[in-house]
Amino acid sequence: MMIQLDSLTYCYPGAPPVFQDFCWQAGTGEAWAVLGPSGCGKTTLLYLLAGLRFPASGGVRIAGHPLARPRPHTGLILQDYGLLPWATVRQNAELGLRVRSFYGPDGKHAPEKFQPQADLQVWLERLGLTPFQDKYPAQLSGGQRQRTAIARTLALKPDLLLMDEPFSSLDAPTRAGLQNLTLELWAEQKLTLVVVTHAIEEAVVLGQRILLLEAPPNRQPQVIENPAARQPDFRDTAEYNEMVQRLRRLLEAGG
Amino acid sequence: MKRRDLALATLALLLVWQLGAYLLDKPILPGPLAALQALLYELLYGDLLEHLLASLWRVFASTALAIALAAPAGLALGQSKRLNNLFAPLIYLLYPIPKVVLTPIVLLFFGLGDLPKIILIFLILFFQILVLVRDQAAAIRPELALSVRSLGAGRRALFRFVYLPASLPAILTALRQSVGTAVAVLYVAELFATHRGLGYYIYLNGSTLYNYPAMYAGILALSLMGLGLYFGVDWLESKLCAWQSVT
Repeated sequence: MMIQLDSLTYCYPGAPPVFQDFCWQAGTGEAWAVLGPSGCGKTTLLYLLAGLRFPASGGVRIAGHPLARPRPHTGLILQDYGLLPWATVRQNAELGLRVRSFYGPDGKHAPEKFQPQADLQVWLERLGLTPFQDKYPAQLSGGQRQRTAIARTLALKPDLLLMDEPFSSLDAPTRAGLQNLTLELWAEQKLTLVVVTHAIEEAVVLGQRILLLEAPPNRQPQVIENPAARQPDFRDTAEYNEMVQRLRRLLEAGG
Repeated sequence: MKRRDLALATLALLLVWQLGAYLLDKPILPGPLAALQALLYELLYGDLLEHLLASLWRVFASTALAIALAAPAGLALGQSKRLNNLFAPLIYLLYPIPKVVLTPIVLLFFGLGDLPKIILIFLILFFQILVLVRDQAAAIRPELALSVRSLGAGRRALFRFVYLPASLPAILTALRQSVGTAVAVLYVAELFATHRGLGYYIYLNGSTLYNYPAMYAGILALSLMGLGLYFGVDWLESKLCAWQSVT
């Protein structure tokens, strides 16, 4: 089991709890989409999984271990602003590796035998970033920026990839291309994937299992199985359209 | 700006100066050539170099001190709303006070020597850097810090990869804006209670010794120092903050 939430409660001050005694599990190698309206706690959930926020009670276990700090093998990709504006594509992609020379994968001291750089060039080429490697984020398109964020994350060889609305500011063809790339990398790297999104279509394309969140407090996880998502050209099938409509009804009923 | 245009502007200034000297034809306004000659002569055979170095040292020491104290304070204020709420009114009151009027007080308290001059320039630079770094640090997107933290960065790495590079442009902008004021205040501060520094040198030669070429040499030296510092900050900015000028 990659992710286990055990009766987790999380509140922001002066508001009803976002999660109350919330239990949820995600298996290793699964592709999950977390779908819900804004304010439902999607991003909070992702930050909890990343070890950037901590629950008031209950626990988060990743790969069997309680989470006390960001975990070295968890990658996080945010919608925007995740790249350093003062660093080039290459420097941004290197960032995780350079941080590792400050701190080891245990989050403490750098082990002497740790070798950065190894696969970086491979990732830059794989993601088509080599021609832009000396450009700054401001000089890139949104798609190239997210590719850089992906390269930075995958260079650290994660087993769990968390994404927060990763493609929602992109135009439709770029978005579809990056969604396909994500699924390709998910299968190839044997990742466990959790994508948070407010877009029903994105959830249906990326999530073989979809976790539906509603207005707080979330108590019971609502899980919709979407096993057909791994088919090629799933977007063109009737099942895809049915699933989109089903989720839309569910979200409307919940709202 | 093109180098050629700068050279032309320099030439135009020198021409106007030369013309003025020619028309006035009095010892209180020597031409640029005579002033340059005096500058070289005083640097090589007089004690101008010693005064120049004294002034430079004061500027550098106060700049280093101001950066060392104001940049971390600015980062702390920019990152913590509570801290900023506590100090913002104080900064709001102190920031606009022209620090040069504090000269007599600083001199009374700190006496002779380098210290009072360094403190005066420090006061000017400190608030300038503090405010700009604070605003810059407050503008750092929380998403940026979070995603760098998710890569495993702790305090040290966050400082190195996020907060330091984010505050560099603010430090350099602050220096660029205040280096002129700093040199002006240095001049005023060096008029009192010292026998070293360009301010003293200019005053001595102009008002006591009536050695006008030497006075002009001192003025040139101080002007060139201010100009050089400004160019230096410009150069650092183009080296360290190249990302800001790309689109």
